[in-house]
Amino acid sequence: MFRTLISTAVASLVPVLACAQTLTLGLGGNVTSLDPHYHSAGPNSAFAYTIFGRLTDTDENSRLEPGLAESWSLVDPLTWEFKLRKGVKFHNGEDFTAEDVVFTFERIPQVVNSPGPYTSYLRGIESTEIVDPYTLRVKTAYPVPTLPLMLNNIAILDSTTHANVTTEDFNSGKALVGTGPFKYVSGSTSEGIKLTRNDDYFGTVPDWETVDYRIITNSAARTAAFLAGDVDLIDQVASSDVARISQAADAEIVSKVGLRLMYINLDHSRTENPVFLRDNSGKPLAVNPLKDVRVRKALSLAIDRKILVDRVMDGAAIASMQYMPPGAFAYADDLVPPAADAAKAKELLAEAGYPEGFQITLHGSNDRFPNDARVLQAIGQMWTRIGVRTTVEAMPYGPFQTRASAQEFAAFLGTWGNDGEPGIGMTNTLATFDKEKGTGSINRGRYSNPAYDEALAAATSETDATKREAALRDVMHLLIEDMPILPLYIQKNTWAVRKTLSFAGRADDATMPQDVHPAKQ
Amino acid sequence: MTAWLVHRIMQSLLVVIAMTAIVFVAVNVIGDPVAILISPDANQAERDRIIVQFGLDQPLWRQYLSFVGGAVRGDFGNSFVYGMPALQVIFQRMPATLELALGTLVVSVAFGIPLGLYTGMQPNSFLSKLTLSASILGFSVPVFWLGLILIMFFSVYLGWFPAGGRGETVRVFGVGLSFLTLDGLRHLTLPVLTLAIFKISLVLRMVRAGVRDVVPQEYVKFARAKGLSKQRILFVHILKNIMIPVVTIVGLEFGSLIAFSVVTESIFAWPGMGKLIIDSINVLDRPMIVAYLMIIVFLFVAINLVVDILYTLLDPRARLTGP
Repeated sequence: MFRTLISTAVASLVPVLACAQTLTLGLGGNVTSLDPHYHSAGPNSAFAYTIFGRLTDTDENSRLEPGLAESWSLVDPLTWEFKLRKGVKFHNGEDFTAEDVVFTFERIPQVVNSPGPYTSYLRGIESTEIVDPYTLRVKTAYPVPTLPLMLNNIAILDSTTHANVTTEDFNSGKALVGTGPFKYVSGSTSEGIKLTRNDDYFGTVPDWETVDYRIITNSAARTAAFLAGDVDLIDQVASSDVARISQAADAEIVSKVGLRLMYINLDHSRTENPVFLRDNSGKPLAVNPLKDVRVRKALSLAIDRKILVDRVMDGAAIASMQYMPPGAFAYADDLVPPAADAAKAKELLAEAGYPEGFQITLHGSNDRFPNDARVLQAIGQMWTRIGVRTTVEAMPYGPFQTRASAQEFAAFLGTWGNDGEPGIGMTNTLATFDKEKGTGSINRGRYSNPAYDEALAAATSETDATKREAALRDVMHLLIEDMPILPLYIQKNTWAVRKTLSFAGRADDATMPQDVHPAKQ
Repeated sequence: MTAWLVHRIMQSLLVVIAMTAIVFVAVNVIGDPVAILISPDANQAERDRIIVQFGLDQPLWRQYLSFVGGAVRGDFGNSFVYGMPALQVIFQRMPATLELALGTLVVSVAFGIPLGLYTGMQPNSFLSKLTLSASILGFSVPVFWLGLILIMFFSVYLGWFPAGGRGETVRVFGVGLSFLTLDGLRHLTLPVLTLAIFKISLVLRMVRAGVRDVVPQEYVKFARAKGLSKQRILFVHILKNIMIPVVTIVGLEFGSLIAFSVVTESIFAWPGMGKLIIDSINVLDRPMIVAYLMIIVFLFVAINLVVDILYTLLDPRARLTGP
């Protein structure tokens, strides 16, 4: 009888011990494909990097770390040399060599039907040269100082295993073989994916024997699953759920400043007959006030960023006047968001010739970014206070995107998610729109400042990292002098974790099971 | 019968064609899917390449014609988001939605009809009055609120059921079915309950109204006079005669369960078709939207067909005539 009791007690412990080795994640981003080269989107990439390795990794602050490449350097301004790690094996035993990297680079442009290919990260690469199985030289057509950072996005495949692989092979799980910290076991995005630990991983072997990777896109459902104990960790916690979760005895909120800047974009494409701008009697204005830097600075001074961050975003953001958050590459300590000053703003408006203000319509999305519609309404009120009577129009993201890209708005919500350096963001969003040069692809306001373009081009092609950082800081100063956009805040990434786990969070909002550890006792 | 069937099928084809044309135009007007899907890092050249890849640079009528050409061959186009044939993506998720819909149907009929019969036969009992009041609540309460309350109570507080997701499945003829496992049934309970409460209320009130209508009829009095047992009167004479409106409603509701289970699927993270359609609409994945709506139209047509045939079985006076 006693023996039965003991054995039952021990037997019931076993599942508990086994459970201690399993991590269940409930993530909000919809993974649309398991092919790591199919669609460049945050959720797809985060999943890919559990199974596949990359030449370079990034730490939680998006600073570069060695990955499959131990070190890299510039042989000359147009040639990068990568020294690859020796002794790394794919999950099926194949060796990792430089040939696999070349194969990967060649596969990416061949992926069919991709709505968002990874080719943009390989831009500028002209040719590759395998010096020896563990040394690879990459030649570029023009200086690409950020190539190692770009390659952080490229999952490396095996030239033998993945020859002629299709997206379908990845989605079915057959081709999910990489050099990453976890191996694919079974499942799909609908029912949850099971991963198991790769004991031969070249980096830090993960703490979890099995991982249950679940996608729960509805925010309320995600929070409910966490509170009910179905999952151990969730990401993208809605700011309204933070209070409830903080109260739970066994859970805590982890928050890290992210890399996504939200700003107000202004119309620079029209000098006369602007749209959505009227005088106080309702008649359309003849001249575009937004082309005057004093008006733009006034609009910026009217915005109380502290209130936006504390009240509207419930603390889930930090006010910002630049692209990068504190601690990141090219962050400028002296570009601090100013306190709101309605009096000075009115003065500037009067100087510019609008002592009575004018009327404007502010556009944006209402279903894409946390609190987007609320932020727009708050800004609308702040502008009205200085005499710029604002009508706010928030709409679903689809139509908003399309119309914004066609320069249909006067003032509208804009955003940029940085990677480790601000260079590409500053080029895509504010350099002069030029199809041939490939600049300004998201420059919806069509801002054009030749001095800025020149300074930015020089900064981004500077191969010495320290010099580049300083140059980018200077360009950021130049930008704020002219205030073509009104930076608002950088979003924080929020997670809810069990107290038995420790997770530092990541600036790029990727939630990967290899970064989650049991809490130190 | 054949003439009627052929007539029906021609009608539905017309509806489908009209629907596809409307969706094409509507989605085109809303916005540009490439702008939503493409990585912001991409430059204009890459953007243009993708626009050509999806055929979005062609004039709308040409896009529509190439779609029709493909549809006739059974190819409804590849989803912009998933890169796979749109039909394939939908069929992958269909078993989950069908399971939810059939489960709800079974539960609502199994509870709704007996309750309706009881409240109809014993209208003055306390239980009857209680059931009727509850049914008013049942079909007034919004589905998403009910779902969240059930999760809060049964999952978070009591921990009896999981908060979402689908349970373990068993493969039957290549299709994964979760109601065959205990874990699957646990996951199925709350979503089915959420949907079924509304349906039960509806069915029970219809049945009750039918019973109240039929019971005073002459033939029921005659059956009683003949000395037939209560069971026989209830289940053979009364039930069969009230089924026509019930069958109509259940048929329509079943169709909407399959087509529009978005809210429940979102709240319970149920991997079905409903969630797929709303996500596709948000990113303007036109091939997916069109394929999905075509399937829904066929579904409703099929259900209406079945309902009409059931009429002739239930009521010998009904004929399959007309449109």
